[in-house]
Amino acid sequence: MTRNLVVPGAFALALLASPAAKAATDADLAEIRAQIQQLKESYEARIQALEQRLKEAEAKTAAATAVPATPAPAEIPAPASVVSAMPPSSGISAFNPAISAVLQGVYANLSQDPKQYAIAGFVPSGDIAPAKRGFSIAESELGLSANVDDKIFGNLIFSLAPDNSVEVEEAYGVFTGVPNGFTPKFGRFLSGIGYLNDQHQHVWDFYDAPLPYQAFLGGQFRSDGLQLKWVAPTDLLLEFGAEIGDGSSFPGTDRNKNGIGSGAFYVHAGDDVGTSNSWRAGLSYLQLRPNDRQYAQTDVAGNSAQLGFSGKSQLAIADFVWKWAPNGNAMNTHFKVQGEYFWRKETGDLTYDNDGALGLTQTSTYSSRQSGWYIDGVYQFMPSWRVGARYDRLSTGTVDYGANGTYLASASFNPQRYSVMFDFTPSEFSRFRIQWQQSKLRPDLTDNQLFVQYILTLGAHGAHKF
Amino acid sequence: MISHLQTIAGIALAALAVPALAALNVFATMPEWSALTEELGGDKVKVYTATNALQDAHHVEAKPSLIARARSADLVVATGAELEIGWLPLVIQQAGNPKIQPGKPGYFEATGFVPLLEKPARLDRSEGDVHPGGNPHIQTDPRNIARVAGPLAARLASLDPENAAYYQARYKAFAERWNAAIAKWEKQAAPLKGMPILVQHKAFTYLESWLGLHQVAALEPKPGIEPTTAHLSEVLAILQRQPVKMVIRAAYQSDRASQWIAERAKINAVMLPFTVGGDDDAKDLYGLFDDTIARLLKGAQ
Repeated sequence: MTRNLVVPGAFALALLASPAAKAATDADLAEIRAQIQQLKESYEARIQALEQRLKEAEAKTAAATAVPATPAPAEIPAPASVVSAMPPSSGISAFNPAISAVLQGVYANLSQDPKQYAIAGFVPSGDIAPAKRGFSIAESELGLSANVDDKIFGNLIFSLAPDNSVEVEEAYGVFTGVPNGFTPKFGRFLSGIGYLNDQHQHVWDFYDAPLPYQAFLGGQFRSDGLQLKWVAPTDLLLEFGAEIGDGSSFPGTDRNKNGIGSGAFYVHAGDDVGTSNSWRAGLSYLQLRPNDRQYAQTDVAGNSAQLGFSGKSQLAIADFVWKWAPNGNAMNTHFKVQGEYFWRKETGDLTYDNDGALGLTQTSTYSSRQSGWYIDGVYQFMPSWRVGARYDRLSTGTVDYGANGTYLASASFNPQRYSVMFDFTPSEFSRFRIQWQQSKLRPDLTDNQLFVQYILTLGAHGAHKF
Repeated sequence: MISHLQTIAGIALAALAVPALAALNVFATMPEWSALTEELGGDKVKVYTATNALQDAHHVEAKPSLIARARSADLVVATGAELEIGWLPLVIQQAGNPKIQPGKPGYFEATGFVPLLEKPARLDRSEGDVHPGGNPHIQTDPRNIARVAGPLAARLASLDPENAAYYQARYKAFAERWNAAIAKWEKQAAPLKGMPILVQHKAFTYLESWLGLHQVAALEPKPGIEPTTAHLSEVLAILQRQPVKMVIRAAYQSDRASQWIAERAKINAVMLPFTVGGDDDAKDLYGLFDDTIARLLKGAQ
């Protein structure tokens, strides 16, 4: 290709340089001018013809949709759309799914090392640490969605982590044609438990997940499985949901077993109060059977011991959200308050020194009852500008190690965190946020954290949940 | 015990079945479509209006109350052209109601029956919140209401064939009265023809094309982007060359930008109801245009 360009280019240069070209007579120039003039006229005529045709076509369309004199409406067959707004695009791209992408980045200033991030007295729940210190991009998201056929809608969301790893965040199908308020979903999806769990991270009002989500669900709970939702035929929203899944995400583990690894049940209720207020409240229950869930914990002698838990994990969540906007118009000002309470019980067997590194391997009964909650409020004081505050608190509750109590002790400490945020949303598709928080997640440590974050949304117009 | 359960179940089933027979449940996204559906459907329809005139139609949330109402709807009457894209797809998806899925007879989009203006030549978000199909605020031209009325009446008839004759009769009566009203409004609004105006949001394109108003500029730099002081100053500069009589805004919009420019340019700031319920006089579709014309005439003085 490059070579092909070089040849005519060189030829043109040679022509320009040659004395023959310089010696072009006035007659030649006049001829060229005439030719250009001809070209111009011919194009103008064509454009005029095209404009004329366009006008005719528009007139026809207008006539087709003009005010009907008084024709009987029954004569008009009920068409899906007489004049389709957009001409269908042609070719193999005509059925491309809707594509959306989310770009995020953060500058983090942390007084404690994020690599040592842990919540005292709680079983480590996976990757819940804040961003690394300094600049980094946060999780990017790529989504594809479309109707698969007349009965199923499909959605695929990739999560692209800053460490260059790709994760399938959600990949599910939804049956759209099921009557009587039922919506069955299948595949991998964010569970409908709680309020925040099925909302993607980029629509959260704060940079990071509330502490109970971090401690009890490792951020968010998702599973590979089935979900059935039912909306009652009442004016008050009553939504019931049931899920079964593989239960491999925290607090569960991969089980290498046939059958069902997790089950969830929840009910949501919601309505308006007048024109300015709306609310939703819910109760959720999640049960899993982790099998040999391994983690390291420092024992009473100061050794790092490998532990393995097998048994039953039960989690209950109560959630509510209340939103206020004058006359229901959230454009100028609005206020939102949300809160959730988590309660978890785990019973089963705990193996101390699981890998035998300390030569003290021992299995005994284990049970724990722990809880946590958060509440936050966000106020939009003028278009595009919001402020918010949040308080999170966990209670290590009671942990009974049985015979392993010889080696293990539980911290009696209530981790807590105060956060404030301020964000600017110049358009529906971009947001810039500053968040400062002080977290006390371990008895001896205070972590002052500052985040400056951006969230950009590209492509298909998303719709946000309440 | 079992017979008790059977009785309760029977009552519950009967309770569930009865409302479906009473009337067609209509979920209208905007007050103008709810008013039109009531004109055409009379007491054969039960209409729920998802939004009110003081709400910005672009920024509505998929509220629990909307999901609950969409669950039992037989027909959704929407504007379309992506006006409701931020919330209606989600409401329909969560309601578990196959009747109102797009493409089904229970889903009606008004913009499908109206030639849309302002189809963007360039589809890019740097142009603001543009709608690919064209400007969706069609209800500001009463001739568009008439264009939608026929197909909507036909849709009601096809969903409720038993009452087809009823809808047809009501449509005939409405069309006659409406066309007479349009003639009256056009006569009243004759002095407005060619009048230069400012708008806050490009929400009045159809009103302008109907009455021959000349839009000199918009206060929003791009559709859906809040007016900035810099842009308002530019608009002021334009007004030096092209003076206007008034700046108009919809009832749901904040009056700050309009007042700012009105004070500096010494022009009238006119609030228009924009849809049914936008002010006390816009109680129904007739009131909406009676009041719109009256306010424009007052602003033009």
